Amino acid sequence: MNIVENFDLYAPRLINKKELLSAGHRACQGCGEVLGVRLMCKALGENTVIASATGCMEIVTSMFPTTAWEVPWIHVAFENAAAVASGVEAGLKGLRKKGKIDDRYIKVVGMAGDGGTMDIGMQALSGAMERGHDMLFVCFDNEAYMNTGIQRSSGTPMGASTTTAPAGKVSSGQKTWKKNMAEIIVAHGVPYVATACPSYPLDFIRKVEKAKSIKGPSYIHCFTVCPTGWRCGSHLAIAMGRLAVESGVFPLYEVENGKYKVSSEMPKKLKPVKDYFKAQGRFRHLGEAEIQKIQKKVENEYQKILDKAKYLKAWD
Amino acid sequence: MAKRIGMEVAVAVAEAVGQCDIDMAAVYPITPQSHIAEHLSDLVADGKINAEFVTVESEHSAMSAVIGASGTGARVYTATSSQGLMLMHELLPIASGMRLPIVMGIANRAVSGPLNILNDHSDIMPQRDSGWISLFAENGQEAIDLSIQAFKIAEHKDVQLPVCVNIDGFQLTHMVEPLEFPDQELVNKFLPTRVPYATLHPAKPVTMGAFSMSDYFTEIMKAKDEALKNSKKVILEVWDEWAKMFGRSYKPVETYKAEDADILMLTMGSMGETAEMAIDGLRAKGVKAGLIKLRLWRPFPFAEIKAVVKNAKKLIVTDRAVSFGGPGGPVFSEIKSALYAEIQRPAIYNYIIGLGGRDVTVPDFVHMFEKVIADKANKAVDTYEFWGVRE
Ligand SMILES: Cc1ncc(C[n+]2csc(CCOP(=O)(O)OP(=O)(O)O)c2C)c(N)n1
Ligand code: SF4
Ligand SMILES: [Mg+2]
Repeated sequence: MNIVENFDLYAPRLINKKELLSAGHRACQGCGEVLGVRLMCKALGENTVIASATGCMEIVTSMFPTTAWEVPWIHVAFENAAAVASGVEAGLKGLRKKGKIDDRYIKVVGMAGDGGTMDIGMQALSGAMERGHDMLFVCFDNEAYMNTGIQRSSGTPMGASTTTAPAGKVSSGQKTWKKNMAEIIVAHGVPYVATACPSYPLDFIRKVEKAKSIKGPSYIHCFTVCPTGWRCGSHLAIAMGRLAVESGVFPLYEVENGKYKVSSEMPKKLKPVKDYFKAQGRFRHLGEAEIQKIQKKVENEYQKILDKAKYLKAWD
Repeated sequence: MAKRIGMEVAVAVAEAVGQCDIDMAAVYPITPQSHIAEHLSDLVADGKINAEFVTVESEHSAMSAVIGASGTGARVYTATSSQGLMLMHELLPIASGMRLPIVMGIANRAVSGPLNILNDHSDIMPQRDSGWISLFAENGQEAIDLSIQAFKIAEHKDVQLPVCVNIDGFQLTHMVEPLEFPDQELVNKFLPTRVPYATLHPAKPVTMGAFSMSDYFTEIMKAKDEALKNSKKVILEVWDEWAKMFGRSYKPVETYKAEDADILMLTMGSMGETAEMAIDGLRAKGVKAGLIKLRLWRPFPFAEIKAVVKNAKKLIVTDRAVSFGGPGGPVFSEIKSALYAEIQRPAIYNYIIGLGGRDVTVPDFVHMFEKVIADKANKAVDTYEFWGVRE
């Protein structure tokens, strides 16, 4: 059953009504990333402190002297959200154990784009995950450096045209396969890792709630559509996210203590990647052969996840 | 009663920080700071410090983490040196811009190119304009005292800025000196619990580190400049209180036999004590030599510098760093600009000394004085020389 189809029925009861990321922020029309952040906040609730990396989400929410944040929020630089979150977590812990602040449980969350997570922020994130801070880190992956003008990242998919890996007479855009960040965090022995997409809001919210309940590190890789950078209509953010999932380009799954579970949103039979590529300007230059190469890779990668779900056992 | 004990200075700095009821520290090891990191870890491991100790994976993350923790209202400490400080560079103006009290010990060491682990000031000089209060210790006792005072200065309601304590690597950090630790009870009295201006806590949500364009940026920079300048008043008050409680007095500019001196030398950091010996020798020969020791690098003590050099004919500024292709050493250009508008001011000379740990001896200092005295026609005024360089 696809729970999203019953969204109208369930939503009023299941989703926190309180907006912790207020309206009036400066994100582009139809931005999937800011939708992801908003849903994340709903799932986290008020007892949260967020450390954000530089990037679209930081810029659009914190224009001095205004702010869209209703939860405590700190931004320091681009590559260090996980390190700042480590410090926030340690600071609160130090103060709490000495009785200098009240005893309530506060979830510390680090957030960054694909650049701030997978490229320049990778070291700080690896350090934070390895040290085992009580922290959720969410990567909002829109597959390029959008804030600075759609430059490629290690999260940009093969074949996508960006401003630093453009399609040209002798190039078909990105020449490398997307870095598998979720697997890298699984390799850190983190107790909860999940992939999610705001096109499946209930699944995403449930995963954030799950991560919140873990006393230790957790990681969610959230796939967020950027109509501006992907060159698709601003009304298509939800549809593109769903096509990415349905085609297997971005499979939804979770890994709890090493045990893989494919999310129920995944279809029995994948749609062709071509369906997903069609509406996006960044893939428009791709020829049939290139699309087939990508199709094969997507199927292989998805099969790996299915196999892991079938054969791998939990650590404990 | 406080008693004197022989201890390595780096270890002593960690002990002193341990007296300050810190809530969190994040330190990444680097020579010659490592003994601070190691001893702090020992103190935490033995339960002597009740603080979270975060073993970060880099200095960039060390600074990021103490920024985050300071944002929660915690009292925080870090320490570094050389390459570590350079790696932190990006975050230093952010820490001061966010007006977060942080105390950082710096075991000053030469910056690479080529790699060198020994002492000079090329690590702190590139951080000059980052908006941190910057103090220099001359000996182990000062390193301890300044480290404790730094928390009080940083957290003062009229300051709310990060403070770094410069402690010459090896020359100071690795010396074993007789040191006096203040009584814990008095430290508790001197340094009460931090009262933060705003904190990252859901009880009262705040946004820290917002984005600002041209409409507010200049005002924020001016506010930071004012805060740094105004911090001097608080620094002086804190030093007054320290003198009353612990009997050791501190001034932004210390002097040695400077009152009636015709020729003055200026040092910063551990070389002051060697220069004093040279001055004793020169005085014995009838040369009216004196010494100025700059303790407060930022905020720069303009009035004090002007007052102490007023009657001297010549001033030798020593630098432990190079401003490549520039007007001379960084301290030299600072002093020159401080005195530019003075009608009565000494002729200023600049020697760049002790780079990458090169020894500077008493005879070296004597020789510098003699060379400047011999320059009767003031030919070498406003130029700089790499002292003892092999051509
Ligand atoms: C050290 C550093 N290098 C580069 C930049 C410029 N920069 C700011 S945001 C950004 C890209 C952000 O991309 P991503 O993390 O994917 O977030 P998005 O804007 O796409 O949400 C870059 C390159 C910076 N601020 N700091
Ligand atoms: S550029 Fe993309 S990610 Fe950034 S605000 Fe616009 S739509 Fe959102
Ligand atoms: Mg991005």
